[in-house]
Amino acid sequence: MANESLGFIFLNALLINNFVLAMFLGICPFLGVSAKKDTALNMGIATTFVMFVSSMCAFGLNWLLVKLGIEFLRLISYIVVIASAVQLVEMIIKKYSPALFRALGIYLPLITTNCAVLGIAVFQTAKNYDLAQSAVYSVGAGAGFTLALMLMAGLREKLALADVPSVARGAGMTLMLAGLLSLAFMGFAGLGGGGD
Amino acid sequence: MSLVNKEEPLTLDTFVRGVWRENPVFVTLLGMCPTLAVTNSATNAISMGLATTFVLICSNVLVSMLRKVIPKEVRIAAYIVLIASFVTVVDYAIQAISLEVYEALGAFIQLIVVNCIILGRAEAYASRQTVVNTAVNSIGTGIGFTLALLCLGVVREVLGAGTLFSVRILPDQFQPWVLMLLPAGGFFVLAGWLLLIDFMNVRKERRALEQQGATVHGQ
Repeated sequence: MANESLGFIFLNALLINNFVLAMFLGICPFLGVSAKKDTALNMGIATTFVMFVSSMCAFGLNWLLVKLGIEFLRLISYIVVIASAVQLVEMIIKKYSPALFRALGIYLPLITTNCAVLGIAVFQTAKNYDLAQSAVYSVGAGAGFTLALMLMAGLREKLALADVPSVARGAGMTLMLAGLLSLAFMGFAGLGGGGD
Repeated sequence: MSLVNKEEPLTLDTFVRGVWRENPVFVTLLGMCPTLAVTNSATNAISMGLATTFVLICSNVLVSMLRKVIPKEVRIAAYIVLIASFVTVVDYAIQAISLEVYEALGAFIQLIVVNCIILGRAEAYASRQTVVNTAVNSIGTGIGFTLALLCLGVVREVLGAGTLFSVRILPDQFQPWVLMLLPAGGFFVLAGWLLLIDFMNVRKERRALEQQGATVHGQ
């Protein structure tokens, strides 16, 4: 499993097995923060950063846990690492861009419960990726998450001007759009010889 | 356990609202990731629902017991660690009970940790209410979640494979809509359910308005 090339891992995480549209990870922020393109982009970048940091920490932690023979603590230690990484990002954003901090609002601390972040840590362990592969995987997945968020935000900005029936103004319509996007992303499945 | 003020009395509503009025999936739109990811068959949907319900009940009861001990500043971290412990238990338990289910659900068992329903309930309910109330409310919410998952799982399995709980129910001539088993199908089926619920709500409101109008005009 672990002999995949770095380029393939990146493309795989970005397009073929896009975290949001093909693996259903990180749906909450995908539905919640995708109303405006600016916020979507910022959210994507923040999440990518958290993904990268926590993926690197998780790699080190896993090595340590295996060495000590206490793998059953893996999940608990991963989630603690992620929570700390989120806290770090929160402090950085608050210091350098208070406006962005307000725009992201509740969704920033909620990155902790973004399944995509924990998903990366869990999948890279399951796939036995080495350090470089894990790094590329997390950045690719983050880019894929940002891409999906941006696409969705673009669609929803257009949709806000359209005349849709009153019944379909809520989450139903957003999910329908997500389904169409996901359908489009299925086209990438052929890229890597049928996914993984 | 003493009932202090601010804590709500134990009523039927404590239980029922998690199932229906505040259904975690259809109304509050929480816990979307497992909802979409593992509902490609009814069996998977039920296993996921039960696993989540177990974690929900255990962790929230514990949160409720410890609500006066956990300092306010670190409560979220404390909740997460509690939840993660129970998820680890479930993870190993499912692996021991049925390897088949374990492989079908894959990483999503471990991802129960980040299911927002559980953390949401802990923060909004268990941290303020008595143990009994919390247990009842968690069971209600868990059942609501399992039912919602089942709603999706049944539709997707019947249309996508022509089977229900792996038993063939549609005639052989039926051409399965493979799309329903793919990720896109999950989005479409959930969208369909949400649209249906919205439609019913809108119709109910309109009817209530009409009735009001009718009494005002004395008809």
